[in-house]
Amino acid sequence: MTSSAVRARRRRWARTARWSGWLWVLPALLMYAVFVLRPLALTFQYSLYHWNGIGVARWAGLSNYVTVFTDRDLLKIIGNAFILIIFFSFIPVGLGLLVATLVRRITSGPFGTAVRTILFLPQVIPLVAAGIAWSWLLSTTGVVNQVLRAIGLGGLARAWLGEFDTALPSVGVIGAWVLLGLCTILLVTGMSKIDPALYEAARIDGAGPVREFLAVTLPSLRQEIGVCLTVTVIAALASFDIVYISTGGGPGLQTTVPGLEIYRLAFAQRQVGLASALGVVLMALVLLCVLPIQRLTRQDKG
Amino acid sequence: MPGFRARRLSRRGIVLAAPLAVVAVVAAGCSAPGAEEPSSGPTSGAVSTELGSEQITLEMYAETGFPLAKALADEFTKQHPNVKFNVREDQFTVIVENAPRVLASDNAPDVIRLPTMVDLVKDGLLKNLDPYFTAYGWDKFPASQLVQLRVAEGGRPRGSGSLYAMGLGYSVTGVFYNKQLAQKAGMTQPPATVAEFEELLAKAKAANVQPIMQFNKNTAGINFPHQALQNQFGDPAQIADWIFQKPGATFDTPAALKATETIQKWAQAGYFPKDANAIDYTAMMGQFQKGGGLFMFNGDWESANLDKSMPGNVGFFLFPGEAAGAKHVAMSAPNTFGVGAKAKHPDAAAFFLNWVHTNDKAREISVKVGGSSPGGPANLTVPPAAEGTVLAETLKASQQLGAENGAVDFTANATGAIFASAITPEMQKLVAGQQTPQGYVKAVQAEYEKELSQ
Repeated sequence: MTSSAVRARRRRWARTARWSGWLWVLPALLMYAVFVLRPLALTFQYSLYHWNGIGVARWAGLSNYVTVFTDRDLLKIIGNAFILIIFFSFIPVGLGLLVATLVRRITSGPFGTAVRTILFLPQVIPLVAAGIAWSWLLSTTGVVNQVLRAIGLGGLARAWLGEFDTALPSVGVIGAWVLLGLCTILLVTGMSKIDPALYEAARIDGAGPVREFLAVTLPSLRQEIGVCLTVTVIAALASFDIVYISTGGGPGLQTTVPGLEIYRLAFAQRQVGLASALGVVLMALVLLCVLPIQRLTRQDKG
Repeated sequence: MPGFRARRLSRRGIVLAAPLAVVAVVAAGCSAPGAEEPSSGPTSGAVSTELGSEQITLEMYAETGFPLAKALADEFTKQHPNVKFNVREDQFTVIVENAPRVLASDNAPDVIRLPTMVDLVKDGLLKNLDPYFTAYGWDKFPASQLVQLRVAEGGRPRGSGSLYAMGLGYSVTGVFYNKQLAQKAGMTQPPATVAEFEELLAKAKAANVQPIMQFNKNTAGINFPHQALQNQFGDPAQIADWIFQKPGATFDTPAALKATETIQKWAQAGYFPKDANAIDYTAMMGQFQKGGGLFMFNGDWESANLDKSMPGNVGFFLFPGEAAGAKHVAMSAPNTFGVGAKAKHPDAAAFFLNWVHTNDKAREISVKVGGSSPGGPANLTVPPAAEGTVLAETLKASQQLGAENGAVDFTANATGAIFASAITPEMQKLVAGQQTPQGYVKAVQAEYEKELSQ
């Protein structure tokens, strides 16, 4: 057999392989089209109509979008989601960095496994269960208030999830608790990949722990931080479970988030068009927040 | 390398975005979503009041936590073994969300617990029961019993027009009170006027007893006392008109405003739990049963339950009027069940609904299990409840209210979403001092108008 014949066969094989490759992904692609692309397109279509989900729809043009951007309540609800970013993203990532730095040295051995397990536990617990447990903790007679009373701070005790000033931050704390573990684990893993020589070099140059953290750890963790921020920002903007369980969006609209409002608009108020428009806007907002993060954290580490 | 990855990512982004955009454009070009205009004309008169002997299974969609529907179904099967029930249960809020879709499906239930009926009638999803009304002679029922279940052609207004549902029991609401705490607060008998009631609240507060245990989380439980007051402060017909969506009806009335001001006053005086906005219905029930409050605004569906959990220690009264001896007005509503327009066995379903109102055993179950008056023809007696129970008291109240013709529907039922989108958030604001009474009344009316204009 000549080498050219072999090459030709290989080329033919490569061509078939390329096509058979598509064949392999076809089932997945089909599922993706049916369960992701089609609903997405339908949502977009619905957003252009006034529709109660059953009767005949009326063409609405962009008026649903106008409502989303002009209705005071809806704007407040979108604003709530952005406030939650502080709790769902910045606090877990910040605290995660701190905790990861502290536990970095004990990541091996049974103690390290224990620490990782404990930190990751909130991720394993269903959000609904977490929401219920936290609403007990934060209730008027819950553990949080019991502790406050025990240490003589009874004056601070309150219905954390029921008062206007504390409801949203309280929901935020629940989210922070859930996401802290995820961030820490990601960051610890990232740290374990940093070349120890870099730390050595920094120390020889006379860097203290803070300088070491800023000059070595932080830049090396750029991508991990990017992943953390992406995941948590999406969690904040698309939050639903925790809010639905712990406060139901109240008091007033204090903790209502877009996810909850979309559900209410579509299923309770049967304004499928407006709900879809809010859904599309929410998707756009998520992309708007996440794409810059991706861009910033994926650039060369020049 | 990261740079390369980013480039590849963006190319993949385009690859993914292209078909997506195509699909979106294609979809947007398609016809409008939604069914053809349903044919919701009056059903033909050909209905049968015979159950027959054919083996059938009725699809029933009922509410979780209210065992009455299932108990009645079981008894019906016992008496008519050829009819079996397939009961599906959900939380009421879930039924509210599901009802339109379930009724529109091919597997529509024969008997279904209904949320607000207006939209369902508008979409032609409910069976018009007028032919059965004639066939079974339901005109022998007191007309006021069924008035909330009538809907005019096209869905508006409610309160007149064709009959679309019947009640599995007819509930009455009022005030439950804890007898031990009443003694502690110096209450010797139920109050005869609103002023007396307010005096009792003050006395309870002074005696270190929580005056009212009421929930206000998830849905506004404080709307119960609010409407109880509103019912007394003006013409209840005005409220009924508003609930039934009669043209020109408004929530922005002096009566509603005065009720709202009173609620604000009570909230400021600490008559409601300080954390009412964090207490949900279940928590309220738990608290009240544990002695966490003197009064609780609630309905007779809890009577049997309260008799079990605090026997002999709980009483009930209809909310009093402004002047002593005034006619009682209270929220009272049927435990609404309708027949799906696409139901497979509408005749059997109607037979069941008629049986619920007229069969002795069924009426007894309605009282014992449901805790509510069974309704039905005026000449049938209401099965008695055990002496000394709160169930006996609520039954008596229900009959008294019927005799005084003082039943009004719940303001929360005015439109499909008024409770969730206006009353609940605004009431939560009001009791937390974040909303004025004037602002509350206006906000509720604004949402009402917004919904009616859709």
